[in-house]
Amino acid sequence: MRGTGRRAMMRRWSWLFLGPVVAAFIIGFIWPFIQGIWLSFCKFNIISDAKFDGIGNYLKAFKDQSFMHAFWYTALFAVTSLVLINVLAFTVAYLLTQGIRGSNIFRTVFFMPNLIGGIVLGYIWSMIFDGILSHWGTSILLETRYGFWGLIILMLWQQVGYMMIIYIAGLQAVPEDMLESAKIDGASRMQTLFKVTIPNVMPSITICVFLSLTNGFKLFDQNLALNGGGQPFIQNADGSVVKTTEMLALNIYSTFYGTNSASRGTAQAKAVIFFILVAGLGLAQLAFTRKKEVQQ
Amino acid sequence: MKKKLFVVTLCLCMVLTLLAGCSKEDKGSVYWLNFKPESDEVLHQIADMYKEETGVEVKVVTAASGTYSQTLTSEMDKSAPPTLFVIGNSAGVKTWDDYALDLKDTAIAKELSTDAYNLYDDSGKLVSIGYCYECYGIIVNPDLLKQAGYELADINNFATLKAAAEDIHARAGELGFDAFTSNDMDSSSSWRYTGHMINLDYYYEEKAAGKTWTECPDTITGAYVDNFRQLYDLCVNNSTVARGDLATGGHDAQNEFKTGKAVFYVQGSWEYSAVAESVPNATMIPYYCGVEGEENAGLNCGTENCWAVNAKASEADQKATLDFMYWCVTDPEASRLLVDSFGVMPYKQAAESTNGFLKASEEYSAKGCYVMDWATNYQPNVDDYRAAFVSALNQYNADPSDANWEAVRTAIVDGWANQAQLAKG
Repeated sequence: MRGTGRRAMMRRWSWLFLGPVVAAFIIGFIWPFIQGIWLSFCKFNIISDAKFDGIGNYLKAFKDQSFMHAFWYTALFAVTSLVLINVLAFTVAYLLTQGIRGSNIFRTVFFMPNLIGGIVLGYIWSMIFDGILSHWGTSILLETRYGFWGLIILMLWQQVGYMMIIYIAGLQAVPEDMLESAKIDGASRMQTLFKVTIPNVMPSITICVFLSLTNGFKLFDQNLALNGGGQPFIQNADGSVVKTTEMLALNIYSTFYGTNSASRGTAQAKAVIFFILVAGLGLAQLAFTRKKEVQQ
Repeated sequence: MKKKLFVVTLCLCMVLTLLAGCSKEDKGSVYWLNFKPESDEVLHQIADMYKEETGVEVKVVTAASGTYSQTLTSEMDKSAPPTLFVIGNSAGVKTWDDYALDLKDTAIAKELSTDAYNLYDDSGKLVSIGYCYECYGIIVNPDLLKQAGYELADINNFATLKAAAEDIHARAGELGFDAFTSNDMDSSSSWRYTGHMINLDYYYEEKAAGKTWTECPDTITGAYVDNFRQLYDLCVNNSTVARGDLATGGHDAQNEFKTGKAVFYVQGSWEYSAVAESVPNATMIPYYCGVEGEENAGLNCGTENCWAVNAKASEADQKATLDFMYWCVTDPEASRLLVDSFGVMPYKQAAESTNGFLKASEEYSAKGCYVMDWATNYQPNVDDYRAAFVSALNQYNADPSDANWEAVRTAIVDGWANQAQLAKG
């Protein structure tokens, strides 16, 4: 009887606890999101003065060469960084769970780059890369491939430590008895790794792959600071420009602010396309990797 | 009973609040979204002075360097948007025209000593009025120049500038200083070339055509781009930092000039207060670039500092803002403070300028030299246009070949046509 009363009271007062969170979620996410979709169909200078303009913004976005270039460049970057970050993070996590001396210090050291902001990292690494490249009379801003690999190196340096922590948590949760029975059954180290350890850390792999894939697509600060706004540029014969190292988020930003105010709606349409793309890819990946997870 | 009492008290409170609003005269307030980070401190001082004198609240917010457009866009959307903001060029007029009050016949407009820095829209509405103007060119340390065996008076065209700069650079080790300070191409410095120095091409194009631009032309000819190349090459080839190391920046040109590491510094009049203490007799010479008759050239003078009043602000706020602007240019103490920070204010009653570079500009004018106006203010889609220009210059700096120069020319000339087209929407 007392239990039922308490439950009824909890139900009565639940809005008090849920309310602030729901309100914050609506104000901070749902409402701007809906407004963002509406603005993608509008022409505007400031958002309170938006006027409906049909699907023109979407047509312009798809026709924009720089947007299509940024899309393919971002996809290439996201896939490359996804593979390298996860392979390296898993390797480091695996090594640091083998009981080697000083592994706590290593964990801290590897995790620390993640605490530095993207813009700061971008500027610091641009100086490091240019310090090296100047010996050959070149700069990270002069070659697309330098810009690409420079950004990959930066992202590895920043993200490997973070993913490593998630992998370490996963590796520590692998049941000891399973590993022990594999050993007794005569499994080699490699067999244990691929047949026992990896299937058991699939939940960690799911989350790490999701994070690195979406981070790769959403990358902005580092791209802005390291690549000087997308340099080098290719000049087309008609004077139009393709920023060869510009990724999607930066392309949306520079469309919104860089070009004239008439293109703000186009930038908003690009942002909606970008959302659909990242959400779609993220969900597809989650569904795929979840299938591979095993029940312990 | 208690409930009734509560309701009555609440109603009384609401009515009293309304009445309180009626009894107070609405003085309005001023919100100035400032464009010049270097003047932030002075503007806050001015705001406090005005409040003390009149009781009117003046809020000053300064946009971080290079982010004015972003800040203005988001501030304009707020419930209390800026009442005083900057529309500094033709692109700005196009974007913000609807938000600008027509300043024609206002008291502040009648105080102007020149119409040269005002911006109008196509219908003839006075969209914004200059509150200060600036000059750019090449800042010179006359003492170091003399030490190297040259007199300032000897430099009056590209040939004489080139001879002095190349000789100083060749003897830099022996002299202890170089010809030009560093010429970084990162975003904190590249505008000195892609925004300012390139003005020499635009200006001479205007001059050759015999008319001043009043709006962004659809195309430019690039007839003087090779003159720009000559001067740009002279700067980057005879400087403290090799041209191959300029792309990502990180050098401090102002400090190099202040500490006597170089004779020439490509910059503008706003640098005066920063360098005058270290180099009190610093002066400025025009962009000599090999154009015929350039012995009669003066400095590049113009402004992007133009006040606009928010047409969508309340009438009381608009009046408060116009009164505040009038006070800024007529009150002796306030205008003294502002002129010391801005360099000069083109208003009849404003304090006199103490800026040495603007004095140099006046001296050129007094000698009958022509002033090079800021045609650069018409650059279409300015950020994108300059970004492509910077990228091409970076390639050219790494390998200064004719082929790479052609890419720079494409960025300047074809880039203009393309961006002008895009700007039309």
